[in-house]
Amino acid sequence: MTSIGTGYDLSASTYSPDGRIFQVEYANKAVDNSGTVIGLRVKDGVVLAVEKLVHSKLLVPGANRRIQAIDRHIGLASSGLLADGRHISNRARDEAANYRDNYRELAPLKLSDRLSLYVQAYTLYSSVRPFGCSTILGGVDKNGPSIYVIEPSGVFYGYHGAAVGKGRQLAKTELEKLKLSELTLREAVFEAARIIHLVHDDAKEKEFELELSWIGDETNGRHVPVPKDLFEEADRKAKEALENFE
Amino acid sequence: MPDMSAIANPQQRQFNPYAENGGTILAVAGADFTVIAGDTRQSEGYSIQTRYASKVFRLTDRAVLAVNGFAADGNMFVKKVKQRLEWYRHNHAKDMPLRSIARLIQTMLYAQRFFPYYVYNILGGIEEDGTGAVYSFDPVGSYEREACRAAGAAQSLLQPFLDNQIYFKNQTAARGYSHPAHLPLPDVLSIVIDSFTSATERHIEVGDGLEMYIVMAKGQTLPDAVTNLLPEELPSTGDGERVFVLKRDLKKD
Amino acid sequence: MDHFPTNWGRPKYDSFDTHATYPIHNRGHAQSAASNGAVQHTHFSHSKSALRQPIVTGTSVLAIKYKDGIMMAADNLASYGSLARFKGVQRLHPVGDYTVVGASGDMSDFQYLQHILDGLVISEEANLQDGHTLGPAEIHEYLSQVMYQRRTKMDPLWNSLLVGGVKDGKRFLAFVDLLGVTYSASTLATGYGAYIAQPLLRKAVEGREDTLTEHEARTILEDALRVLFYRDARSINQYQIATITANGADISGSLKLETAWGFAEGIRGYGAQTQ
Repeated sequence: MTSIGTGYDLSASTYSPDGRIFQVEYANKAVDNSGTVIGLRVKDGVVLAVEKLVHSKLLVPGANRRIQAIDRHIGLASSGLLADGRHISNRARDEAANYRDNYRELAPLKLSDRLSLYVQAYTLYSSVRPFGCSTILGGVDKNGPSIYVIEPSGVFYGYHGAAVGKGRQLAKTELEKLKLSELTLREAVFEAARIIHLVHDDAKEKEFELELSWIGDETNGRHVPVPKDLFEEADRKAKEALENFE
Repeated sequence: MPDMSAIANPQQRQFNPYAENGGTILAVAGADFTVIAGDTRQSEGYSIQTRYASKVFRLTDRAVLAVNGFAADGNMFVKKVKQRLEWYRHNHAKDMPLRSIARLIQTMLYAQRFFPYYVYNILGGIEEDGTGAVYSFDPVGSYEREACRAAGAAQSLLQPFLDNQIYFKNQTAARGYSHPAHLPLPDVLSIVIDSFTSATERHIEVGDGLEMYIVMAKGQTLPDAVTNLLPEELPSTGDGERVFVLKRDLKKD
Repeated sequence: MDHFPTNWGRPKYDSFDTHATYPIHNRGHAQSAASNGAVQHTHFSHSKSALRQPIVTGTSVLAIKYKDGIMMAADNLASYGSLARFKGVQRLHPVGDYTVVGASGDMSDFQYLQHILDGLVISEEANLQDGHTLGPAEIHEYLSQVMYQRRTKMDPLWNSLLVGGVKDGKRFLAFVDLLGVTYSASTLATGYGAYIAQPLLRKAVEGREDTLTEHEARTILEDALRVLFYRDARSINQYQIATITANGADISGSLKLETAWGFAEGIRGYGAQTQ
């Protein structure tokens, strides 16, 4: 950040002389400091998992969820500023509802292209600040399962496995080891839980809550939280695997 | 030459936004109580839609509203009155007085002067001075305070009866006696029950069930004769007025 | 010859068809207008609200309370006037996990309502996931507000609807129509069913709501549907039955009504006799 203090980082509407928009890069910083969020696209569905850092023991368990529903068949998990994530999920819901109203069918996951245009618009003006969050949109539409990541800059890419937030590097390494296209949805739930537990840094962070949601044939094509018994089994196995890993 | 314009220019049958759902309501004010009653039949034409649909609603601890006419308008009107009373409570930390509710109802009805709520309202309860009161309204808000009023399908059967029994019209008091200004509660209840059983006999839109709300002024208790009828007391907010409900079956034919 | 198919059926009787489940299309006046040589294009020339009328219509919906919940039935016909236009239409629509809405009257208005209700459930249940779900009472209240608002705009949704369901161990069954009129009872029927089926249903159900088995309830509804099929010219012998219990809503596939016309053989006017 050699150009810090030169004044080119005060507005999203101004480039630095070497062609960067610092406000967008700062927004990425907000994501990099946040809990890890991963998404796994497997042959018959999608799993979303979040390492939700709990900053106070006084919080009600399960409060401030980072995984949200966009439609019956689409889930959204965000890393970074939670409030920004909620704003994006609201927009995504509107987009999905509009699509349904206009075309009388479920919105495809390509919905993320419209969502990304919205995010990108916040990188253009001096009067606004870019979104401080990266979003993983996962779901199953008529073309099958898919995952998209929308970054603060407004770019979006489709993935087989995606990771954003603090532990993304390690998470990506772990995701690359998996044969995602051969995994079942149920196996993916266990892998997702394992990776979140693995990337969590006990030394630096205090508590975290694991959030897991899935969608696929097993859930009748609905995006829902992973049911309690499966969640607890995945959580337990993840902790066991962690002890063996270390 | 008959008017042919109607044939040359076909008239589209216009949508009629109203229906008439039958039933009858009635209220009688006593010295320190008011009775507000209605049957529970809801009908359209010759069909009974349901044998139990309430037409009488408690608004506050001292106000009860009976609505009769077009059921959809009636339910919507009650909903809106209740909403306005809730706002009043939030703003003033007390319930709206009866006479103010009456004026509010006039304002709300008249606001719909050119697309009226097709509803006849009777408001009953206890005034701030502790007396029983009945207010009756026409669909566009014209209203007055009375001692008794019947409205709805059997109004023409019941009002003359009430005039005779409550106001003692066409009755001459025995020499040396005068008619009482107010009847006691057990007498009023008998008159109300008799009114509805009679209306049930002679009017096809009246019957099935009878709901009588009794509002008692502050500090007043029910006479034994009424307590024996086992009325249900509705929960109230304080030690002021109290509201009771008495239910009776009416003939279902 | 009048080539407009909806003018081939019986004339419209206001007293029999109060909800105008039978399209009118200026019937009665059309011929005199045509004989004048003046072609009238009144259908679309005025404002939409004053001229709306049902076009493709469904006939009666029936529903009763029984031991385990609510059972609702409707046939699969959508008529275009007297023409049996669509014979495989589903008129029972599940809303959320606990509720079924059955519709008679205009089918396009019903499809609109289905869309609205699906959107409502997604935004209230799927998206919020706050543990609160819409039960039959909430769906009915919402529907009646929509219906009442549209009648107040003089642009009604031309339907009579039954809403039935079970939530928190409570059975719920209620009616709402194009005027926003609502009511609740242990047996309900719309359209011709209100005249023909409702007396049969009341006789079979009233007082036995808590003891009727699923099998008995099904038989009662099937018997009523059969009578309707015999007497209502806008009905068909294919139907569906919805059962809503604590376990959720189940809507059957299309079923065939067993009918017997043997009685007609010996009756003058029904059979082949000419006199």
